[in-house]
Amino acid sequence: MKFNSAWAGFIAVLIAGLVVLFAVPQIVSLFGIVQMTVFVAMAMYALSQGFLWGFGGIMCFGQASFLGLGAYAYAITAINLGDTSWGMLAGVAVPAIFALLLGYFMFYGRISDAYIGVITLTVSVILFQLINSTSGAQYHIGQAELGGFNGIPSVPTLNMPGDVSNVLSPTGIWYVSMALLIIVYALLRLALASRFGRVVVAIRENETRAMLLGYDARLYKLLSFTISAAIAGLAGCIYDNWGGFISPTIFGLAMSAEVIIFVLVGGLGTLIGPILGGVGLQYVMNLAGTQHKVDPNLGLGVVLVAFVLLVPQGVVPVIRDKAMQLFIRRGAKAARIQETSP
Amino acid sequence: MSEIVPLLEARNVTMRFGGVTAVDDVSLVLGEVELRCLIGPNGAGKSTFFKTLTGQLNPTEGRIKLRGQDVTGLLPNQIARLGVGIKTQIPNVFNGLTAYENVLVAAQRGRSAAMAKAMVEKTLARLRLEPVARRQVGQLAHGQRQWVEIATVLAQEPDLILLDEPAAGMTHEEVERTAELIKEINRTQALVVVEHDMQFIRMIAQTVTVFNQGKVLMEDHVDAVLADQRVRDVYIGKAAA
Repeated sequence: MKFNSAWAGFIAVLIAGLVVLFAVPQIVSLFGIVQMTVFVAMAMYALSQGFLWGFGGIMCFGQASFLGLGAYAYAITAINLGDTSWGMLAGVAVPAIFALLLGYFMFYGRISDAYIGVITLTVSVILFQLINSTSGAQYHIGQAELGGFNGIPSVPTLNMPGDVSNVLSPTGIWYVSMALLIIVYALLRLALASRFGRVVVAIRENETRAMLLGYDARLYKLLSFTISAAIAGLAGCIYDNWGGFISPTIFGLAMSAEVIIFVLVGGLGTLIGPILGGVGLQYVMNLAGTQHKVDPNLGLGVVLVAFVLLVPQGVVPVIRDKAMQLFIRRGAKAARIQETSP
Repeated sequence: MSEIVPLLEARNVTMRFGGVTAVDDVSLVLGEVELRCLIGPNGAGKSTFFKTLTGQLNPTEGRIKLRGQDVTGLLPNQIARLGVGIKTQIPNVFNGLTAYENVLVAAQRGRSAAMAKAMVEKTLARLRLEPVARRQVGQLAHGQRQWVEIATVLAQEPDLILLDEPAAGMTHEEVERTAELIKEINRTQALVVVEHDMQFIRMIAQTVTVFNQGKVLMEDHVDAVLADQRVRDVYIGKAAA
C-alpha cells in the first residue's frame, strides 16, 4: 500500500517534470527560458545536497566546491577542446574524482560528522582563494585563462555532440538541462529503492547497526559523497550554460549556505523538496534582486529562520503528511460506512 | 584425527581504557551450537568483552579466533560477514525505518531479492512482529524494539549469536517467550547470552560463565554456579542484601 503510493508519487513527479519540460518553451519568453535554466541548475545543485544530507546523513558544508569544480572543469575543457560534450564529461568527472579522494581520507580516517562539515567548508574556502588568486596571463590551463577574480568570460555553451558548429539555442539548452534534471531525479529514486539505497539510509539511521550487519559504512558514505559531487558538478555545467561566464564566487560561502537553505525549506529527506526549494528560493532571490531596498541574502536569512522555527520539516514533508492524514481519515470513514451498511 | 576446532576461542583478552582495565585476561572457548550464559554485576566487563568479539573494540591484548581463523583487529562488518551477530545492550536499530525495512536491510545481504523477502517474512512471523511490520521502529515499545533487533540478527543466520541482556525491560510473558526462542535458536546456532535476570538464566542455562571485575570468576554448570558462595557474594548475595 505504502509501496504503491510511493511509486504513484514518483510517476506523478516524472509526468509533472515532462509537462514542465515541454510546456516552458511554449508559454515562456526567451528571457524567461534563460531564467528557468538557472532555476534548473539550482534545483540540480539542491538535489545533490538533498541526496547526501537527507538520505546519506552526511552534512557537507562546502557543496559549492563541487558545483564550482564542475563549472570550471566544463569551461576549461570546452575552451580547450571545442566540443562541449567533453566539457560536460569533465564537469561531472572532475568533482566526482575530487570527492572520491577527499571522501576517502574523511570516511576511511573515521572523521566525525562535525569535522566533515568543517573540512568540506574549509576546502571550499581554499578553492575560492586558489582560483581567486589566478589573475594574470601566466595562470592558464591550455588556452583557458583562469582570470582570477574576474573569472572566465564567454564560456562556450552546449553544441550538438560531435558538431561544434551546431550550437544549441537557449531553448535547446533548456531541453537538455531539464531533461538531465528529470533523469538524475529518476536515477536517484531508483538508487534509493535498490539494496544500495536501503543500506545508505540504514547507515544514516544507525551506523553501528549497519556495521554489525556486515556493511562497510565507510564505503557506502564514500559512494554517496561521490555521487552527490557528480550531481553538483552537473549543476555547475548547467550554470555555465545559463550565464556563459564563471567566476570564483561560485565557490563562495554564500553558495554553500544557500543550498543548505534550499534543502531545509524544501524538505530534508525527500528528493522533490530540494528541487522545489531550489527553484522557489532562487525565484524569490531573483525577485528580491530587482529591488534595491533590502539585500537578497538578508531575505534568504529571514526565510531560513522562519522555516527553522515554524516549519522545521520543510514544505514537502508537511504537505505529504497532511495529504496522508486526509487520505487515512477518508479511508477510515469509508470503512465505517461499509461496516454500518447492511 | 585433527583436534576439534572450537567455534569461538578467545585467549587472554584484555581491554584497557587508560588506567582502567575493563576486561582482564579473559579466555573463553565455545563449541558449535553451544549455549553459554554470561553473568556478573554491572561493570564486570561483559558488554566490553562482547565488543571485542564483534570488532567494535580492538582488544589491548589477546587473540580472538573464529573456527581457527584469527579475527583480532578486524572491523565489525568483516566479523559480521564471518557469521557473528549481536543484539547490543541498548537496542541498535534503524529507528526511522519500519520493522519490515529493518529486517530487510539485514536479510538482503548475500541473498537475491526474492530470497531476502522470504527471509524477512519468515523472521517477522517467527518473532511475531507481523502486526507492527509497517510501523516505524522508533515508535515501538522498548520490548518490541529489542525483538526487531533480534530479528535483524536472525535474518542473517549467523553461526554465533551474542545477546546482551535480551530480556531487559520485558514483561514476564515476553521473558518466557524470549527463553523459548533462545532454546529454539540453539538447535542450530551457538549463543552467548548476557543476562541479569536469574530466573531467566535458570530457564535457559546449561553452562554459565561468571564475570567479576573484568575477570572470569568461575565457569560451571548453572546449578553449581548459582550454589557457589563466591558468586552469591559478588552478585546475588549483594543484590538480595
